[in-house]
Amino acid sequence: MGALAAATLAVGASFGAIAIAYGLPVWAPLVMSVFVFAGGSQFLAAGLLAVGNPIAAVFAGLLLNARHFPFGLAVADSVGVRWRDRLIGSHIMTDETVAFALAESDPAQRRRVYWTVGATLFVTWNTGTVLGVLLGGATGDPNALGLDAAFPAGLIALLLPSLRDRDTRRVALAGAVIAVLLTPVLPAGLPVLCALLGLLVLFRPRGRRPAATPEPAAVAEPAAVAEPAAVAEPAAVAEPAAVAEPAAAAWSAAVAQSAAAKFPVEETRC
Amino acid sequence: MLIAAILVLAAGTYAIRLGGVVLRDRIELSDPLQRLLPMAAAALLAALAGTAALMAGSEFAGVARPAGVLVGAVLAWRRAPFVVVVIAAAAVAALLRLAGVP
Repeated sequence: MGALAAATLAVGASFGAIAIAYGLPVWAPLVMSVFVFAGGSQFLAAGLLAVGNPIAAVFAGLLLNARHFPFGLAVADSVGVRWRDRLIGSHIMTDETVAFALAESDPAQRRRVYWTVGATLFVTWNTGTVLGVLLGGATGDPNALGLDAAFPAGLIALLLPSLRDRDTRRVALAGAVIAVLLTPVLPAGLPVLCALLGLLVLFRPRGRRPAATPEPAAVAEPAAVAEPAAVAEPAAVAEPAAVAEPAAAAWSAAVAQSAAAKFPVEETRC
Repeated sequence: MLIAAILVLAAGTYAIRLGGVVLRDRIELSDPLQRLLPMAAAALLAALAGTAALMAGSEFAGVARPAGVLVGAVLAWRRAPFVVVVIAAAAVAALLRLAGVP
């Protein structure tokens, strides 16, 4: 718990310093840490806001935070049933709060852990952000200090644990390559959203080609372009109604259906 | 515009969190969606990391920044603490620039 608090303080400080180094005004990282309070999406949004694409920042940030919906389903009892508890407790929900709470088996203990961890992280995250902003504001040219390299390195560190899953790794790699290749030709912010096309590697039968180089094929996949535009919108990402019945379908088919239902906007845009 | 984007992101994130807590008894997420969401998130983060590491605007970012990021990535892979990863990446890029590498 102490280690977690210290780590949160450090990551929060990195966020504050990097946001300032990227040219955002001082209040921006502070407001984000208080009101968004979701580390990954704050880094993501800050990067996209810095290149001047607020719409991409909002969309990508919300997509990244969509995982909190199933989190909420899982920890609802720990948050509480009273509205006051729900309204406050929901805001302090993070990957760590959920993980620590679910590690407890006793409901009362689980509830206590949820609130203790959540409150601690909220305080340390915001304290860290303030320290980082002060630190970042005190430095001169951010590039001379290498802060432009700190940002992607920090993202990679945050991302690595989830890359242990093979499919996630393939999707992430494909998405990164797509985004880098499209950066010279698309307006700022869009290439990162186009990384969602990386999900198309899931359509491919496993093992047909090395996992390291599925990207060009995925980009050229005609199925994606020909996909009839469904009516789903970004807000519907967490909407279970948009998902096809997975019961009878094979795994890959189910993934294909829900992917097609959820990401038509990006596919047509790219 | 900046404040609007931040507040929309904040409100949307809060709605997602509260939605799960409130709808708890009425909803069951399908397995494919539960699996797909973290993958989409990983793709976005990887894309941001990749473009931020390699590109400056629409051009390649030179040598110093990618080299710093690479050092950071290796350290992260070796499970170094987050702070070490970030500082090492910045230090390598800064030192290379000091030595005249673009």
